[in-house]
Amino acid sequence: MADMKFTKDHEWVRVEGDTATVGITDYAQEQLGDVVYVELPDVGKTLAAGDEAAVVESVKAASEVYAPVSGDVVEVNGALADAPAGVNDDAMGAGWFVKLKLANASELDDLMSEDDYKTYLAELD
Amino acid sequence: MRYLPLTPDDRQQMLGVIGAKSIDDLFVDVPKAARIDDAFNLPAHQGELEVERALSAMAAKNTSAGSVPFFVGCGAYKHHVPASVDHLIQRSEFLTSYTPYQPEISQGTLQYLFEFQTQVALLTDMDVANASMYDGSTACSEAVQMAHRVTRRKKAVLSGALHPHYRAVIETTSKFAGDTVVALDADPSGTEDIASLIDSETSCVVVQYPDFFGRVHDLADIAAAAHEAGALMIVAIPEIISMGALRAPGAMGADIVVAEGQSIGNPLNFGGPYVGLFATRQKYVRQMPGRLAGETVDVDGKRGYVLTLSTREQHIRREKATSNICTNSGLCCLAFTIHLTLLGEQGFTRLAALNHESAVKLADALDTVPGAEIVTSAFFNEFTLKTSKPGAEVIEALADKGVLGGVPVSRLMPGNKAVDNLIIVAATEINTDADRAQYAAALKEVLS
Repeated sequence: MADMKFTKDHEWVRVEGDTATVGITDYAQEQLGDVVYVELPDVGKTLAAGDEAAVVESVKAASEVYAPVSGDVVEVNGALADAPAGVNDDAMGAGWFVKLKLANASELDDLMSEDDYKTYLAELD
Repeated sequence: MRYLPLTPDDRQQMLGVIGAKSIDDLFVDVPKAARIDDAFNLPAHQGELEVERALSAMAAKNTSAGSVPFFVGCGAYKHHVPASVDHLIQRSEFLTSYTPYQPEISQGTLQYLFEFQTQVALLTDMDVANASMYDGSTACSEAVQMAHRVTRRKKAVLSGALHPHYRAVIETTSKFAGDTVVALDADPSGTEDIASLIDSETSCVVVQYPDFFGRVHDLADIAAAAHEAGALMIVAIPEIISMGALRAPGAMGADIVVAEGQSIGNPLNFGGPYVGLFATRQKYVRQMPGRLAGETVDVDGKRGYVLTLSTREQHIRREKATSNICTNSGLCCLAFTIHLTLLGEQGFTRLAALNHESAVKLADALDTVPGAEIVTSAFFNEFTLKTSKPGAEVIEALADKGVLGGVPVSRLMPGNKAVDNLIIVAATEINTDADRAQYAAALKEVLS
């Protein structure tokens, strides 16, 4: 997980080449509870860092998933439409939301490392 | 607790504390031009009996819907509401708990909302309906907003045979949301080609059924053209009784069906409160506005009702909610449910047949009047009458003769010369043979 970066809104991003895969953290899925619905963007949509990328809805809350970095949407995790519980099962892996074509790699520097994120979570509790 | 108004001494004391001389001092920030300095020209206070007498005299100047042969429709219809409906909705268990803030303890309310939704879904032939909206026009506007969310497009195309009030509500909402509305010109001849206006930017087409001019027409081709372009078809039904006789929009490819529910269980009420019906396909349910009651079982396996998919709503989703409906038209919705339950499927179908029969008899009677022509060939309980004189004048003259003969189209589409001689005429089960004969006789005199 060393190649992962995190936001204060509990999104993660993993970069391979110029593709950035985005999801929500294990902490986020635990807070949400059973995820019942995921709304994903259209492929081709251009997102700036901080834009709403997706919506995740659980039995008790609905919240936005923001793009941690800028880029065009190149792929969405269609499997979540039929099986939204995939977010609970494997938030940091198979439960990813969108893949972006990275527009500006330097934006990654503004995000937290895994250790920073763990410290951040410890402060929240 | 008793309500004890302030004495002049109380007021003076309060003014003294805040350093004002008089109550008028509190309004100095209102520009002088916007203030009325003179006293209102109103009579002094009077006793209850005097007030009742004065108001009764004023009310008697109106020609009320129940006092003369009445053929006015155009979005609000006079039907018979059985006394049992009024009796049942006024039971305190319903009347005082119309909007449950802790819904699950109000099982009776949730059950009737669930039954209401079931009725609306069956009437429109759609998968799912919500627990009601304010009225037909606002429901229609909400449907356009919903179509924008579903398609992620922002352009609505409106039929020229959509009620002008419905169009106005859509245009107002769209204006402030920054959305585009393309509205066709009034279509009294029924020849508009709405499908040709659908393009890749179009989120939805909005058509009325039966349309503003009373016409009944197949919507399947419009639905196919919309779906071809990735757009939705929204169907608005101002007269829900028509669903007892006509093919439902759901069977013609509608994606969202909205309706005015006033005709079932609710009197004219001077224009409101009414109840909006809203139904859609299962796959769009999360984009639907409003509340939704669902049926489930409790821990002991017993049937129970809950509010479901609440995450779409304002108290959870805040500004991202799918609408700002937080209380529906609860009591009107209850009246709808009770009346339709009392009618049953057979009674409802029979009521629709009576309406159509009444309108056919009226059309036959009016069509024989020299100078009058029925221009609608296929209709339910409302049709367009073309007269040799301007419609507005004809309606006034008929009213002088004690017949409320319909709505001149020029009142709803002012400035449109093409509709000047058109009148929308409605007939329902309340009209008798004598009513219809009186209308035909009066029209003959007016047009001679």
